[in-house]
Amino acid sequence: MNRTKRIAAAAVSSLVVGVLAAGCGGSSDDGSGGSVTLRVNLFGQFGYKDLYKQYESEHPGVKIVESAEGDLGKYNTKLSQQIAANAAAGDVVAIEEGQTVNFLQSADKFVNLQEHGFAEIKDDYLPFVASAATTADGKTTIGLGTDVGGLAMCYRRDLFEKAGLPTDREEVAKLWPTWEDFIATGEKFQAGIGDDKIHFVDAATNTYNSILMQGGDETYFDRDNKLVVESNPAVMNAWGLANDMIEAKLTAKLVAFSDEWNAGFKNGSFATVACPAWMTGYIKGQAGDGFAGKWDIATVPGGGGSWGGSWLSVPKSSKHQKEAIELIKFLSSKTGQLGAFKSEGRLPSLPALYDTPELKDAKNDYFNNAPTGQLFVAGAKNLQPVYLGAKNVPVRDAFENVLRSVENGQRSASDGWGEAVKAAQKAAK
Amino acid sequence: MRIRDRFIKTEARVAPYAFVSPFFIVFAIFGLFPLLYTLWVSLHDWSLLAGDQGYVGFANYRELMQDPDFWRALTNTIGIFVLATVPQLILATVLAQVLNGKLRGRTFWRMGVLLPNVTSVAAVGIIFGLIFARDYGIVNWALGHVGVEPIDWQGHRWSSWLAISVMVDWRWTGYNALILLASLQAVPKELYEAARIDGASAWRQFWSITVPMLRPTIIFVSIVATIGGVQLFTEPLLFGSGVNAIAGGSTGQFQTVAMYLVQQAFTGQRFGYASTVAWVLFLLIAIFAVINVALLRRIKSVD
Repeated sequence: MNRTKRIAAAAVSSLVVGVLAAGCGGSSDDGSGGSVTLRVNLFGQFGYKDLYKQYESEHPGVKIVESAEGDLGKYNTKLSQQIAANAAAGDVVAIEEGQTVNFLQSADKFVNLQEHGFAEIKDDYLPFVASAATTADGKTTIGLGTDVGGLAMCYRRDLFEKAGLPTDREEVAKLWPTWEDFIATGEKFQAGIGDDKIHFVDAATNTYNSILMQGGDETYFDRDNKLVVESNPAVMNAWGLANDMIEAKLTAKLVAFSDEWNAGFKNGSFATVACPAWMTGYIKGQAGDGFAGKWDIATVPGGGGSWGGSWLSVPKSSKHQKEAIELIKFLSSKTGQLGAFKSEGRLPSLPALYDTPELKDAKNDYFNNAPTGQLFVAGAKNLQPVYLGAKNVPVRDAFENVLRSVENGQRSASDGWGEAVKAAQKAAK
Repeated sequence: MRIRDRFIKTEARVAPYAFVSPFFIVFAIFGLFPLLYTLWVSLHDWSLLAGDQGYVGFANYRELMQDPDFWRALTNTIGIFVLATVPQLILATVLAQVLNGKLRGRTFWRMGVLLPNVTSVAAVGIIFGLIFARDYGIVNWALGHVGVEPIDWQGHRWSSWLAISVMVDWRWTGYNALILLASLQAVPKELYEAARIDGASAWRQFWSITVPMLRPTIIFVSIVATIGGVQLFTEPLLFGSGVNAIAGGSTGQFQTVAMYLVQQAFTGQRFGYASTVAWVLFLLIAIFAVINVALLRRIKSVD
C-alpha cells in the first residue's frame, strides 16, 4: 500500500465509522457521564424558556433543546409522519386538542403514562383533560395536559369608541350575552364606524368554531365516531349564526393565521377576535407595541367555550423515555403551568391554580390591564368537554372551506349547507 | 494456476456488473421500492396512524376516477402549468438572445437572471402572497390608482392561477434562459454575421436563426418544465397561507394534484387513497414525458 492509498483508506474508514456513529444516534449521550439531550417538539409559543433553565439547573446532565413550528398544520403533518414511521419525533412532543383522538389510534407508539404514575396526578386536571388523552378502553394514556383554551372575546377599545359603542369591558360584556346580541351589536358597530374597510369580526370561521365548541358534548362525530353533522343541532346552530354574520356583512373575510389576517391586526381591519387565553400572546406579537392599551378583553357570548389546548407526550421512539417522562411531569405540573401562563398567557388545566393569587390577580397591561386570570378562568370553569372524532380535522376543514366560500360570495348561503354536508361526508371517509 | 485462471475469468464477467451496481442498488432502494410499496398501499384501505385496514383491490382507483375534487385539482394543475410554461419559455428564449448579444456587464446580467432561482421558494411564496394580497397587496394598490376595484386574487380561479404562474415564472425564467444561452453559444457566429450582411433585422435573426437552432434545447427545457409543472406544490401552498392552506382556496380553486395528495394523506389520514393519487400522478407524468419524447423525435427527423 502506498502512502496515498493508505490515506484514502483511512479517510474512507473514518467516514464509515462516522456514519455508523451518527446512525446510532444518542449512543454517545449515554456514555459520557449520564448527560442527556432532550428534544422538545412544539407548535407556536408555549413559554417554556425559563422553565427549561430551571429544570436544567435542578437536573444536572440534562440539556433541553426546543424546536417550535409556527404553522400548526405543518406541525401536525410532520408529527403524523414521524409517529406513523415511529422515528425522529423527538423526546417530547405537543399534541393539539383537535389531534388527540387521532393520535390515540396509534397509542402503542406513545409511552403509556399510566405505567408512570398517571393515576396519582389524574384528578388534579380538569376531568376532560385527563380523559381526552386516554384510549376508549381506559388502559392507555398518551399525554399530560398543559393548558386549555378557555374562551373570551378580545376587542378594540378605540374602534368601539369611534363606532359609538361603550368601551368598558363590563359594559361591553353586557352588549352580548348571546350570539344573537353579538350580531346585533355588530350591526350597530358597522353603522357607527361608517368605513367598509373596518369590520366587526375577523372571519366567519373563527366565530363559527367558537359557537360550535360551546355546543357541548359532541360536534361532527358521536362517540362511536359516526358522522352526525345533520342530526346534531349544535352544528346547525353554529352554521346558521355564522351565516347571519356573513349576511350582515360583519366579517373581514380573512383566513385565520394567514398573512393577511396577521396584517389585519396591524392595520386594524377588524374590531373583535374570539380569544382563547393563548391568543393574547399572539395578538400582542402581531399587532405590536403600537396597539398597547387599545385592545381589551370581555367575556364571550354564550358564556364559556374552548379553543385549543395541548397535551405533552413521549413517543416510544425516544431514546430517553425516562428523562422525557420526568420532564413532561414537570412542565405540566403547577410550576410548569404557572410559568407558561406568566410568559405566554396559557391558561392552566389544573383547577387548583385557578384560585391562586398568581391567576386571580393577573392583569395584562397590553390589554388595558384586563384581569386575564379572572376572565379566562371564568371561561374555563364553564368549559364543557367536547368529543372530537379522529376525523375531526378534515371535517372541520371541509366545513370551514364551504363557509369561507359563502363568505367570499363564491356560493350562495342556501347552497352552502348542502355543500358542507357533502364535503363533510367525503372528508369523513 | 487453474483456480486463479477461473477466478480471473469470473472476475472479468462479474466486475462490470459490480461497477454499475451502485446505481441499481440505490435506484432499487430509493426509486423502485417506494414505487412498488406505494402501489401496494394504494390497493389497501390504509389509515396513516391506524395502519392497514384491509385489502380493497382497485376500489381506491375506482373512487378516484369519480372524485370531482381530484379532477378539479388536475384541471388546476394543467391550467397553471400551461399558463406558466408558455410565457416562461418564450420569455426565456428572448432573454437568452439578449444575454447572448453585445451587452455591457454581461456576466453581471447572466448571474442576475439566475438570482430568483437561488431564492428560497418559501420566501418567494410569502413575498408574492403579500404582493397579491387582497386588502393591502401592492398589485391591488397599483390597480387602485387606475380606478380598478381591488381583486380578490385568491378568490377566483383565473386570478389565483395567474398569480401562481407569475410566481413560477419569476423563479424559473432566468434558469431556463441560462440553459438556452448555453446552447445559443454553440450556434455558429457566421450565421448571424451572414444574416446581418444580408440586412436581416434583429427580430428576423431571432426568428430565423435562434429559434430553429434552439429547438432541441427548447424541447429539453419544456420536458423539465412539464415534470416540475405537474408536480407543482410549494408555490400554490404558500400562496394561500393560514389554516388549511393545503385546500388551495375555499373551493379548491388553486389546489394542485400534489396538494390534493398531501391533503388526503395527512389531513384526511387516508394513506391508501393518497397512494392512489400518487400512482395516477406518476402515470400522468409518464404520459407527458412520452408525448414530449415523441415530439423530440419528430423534430430530430425534421433536421
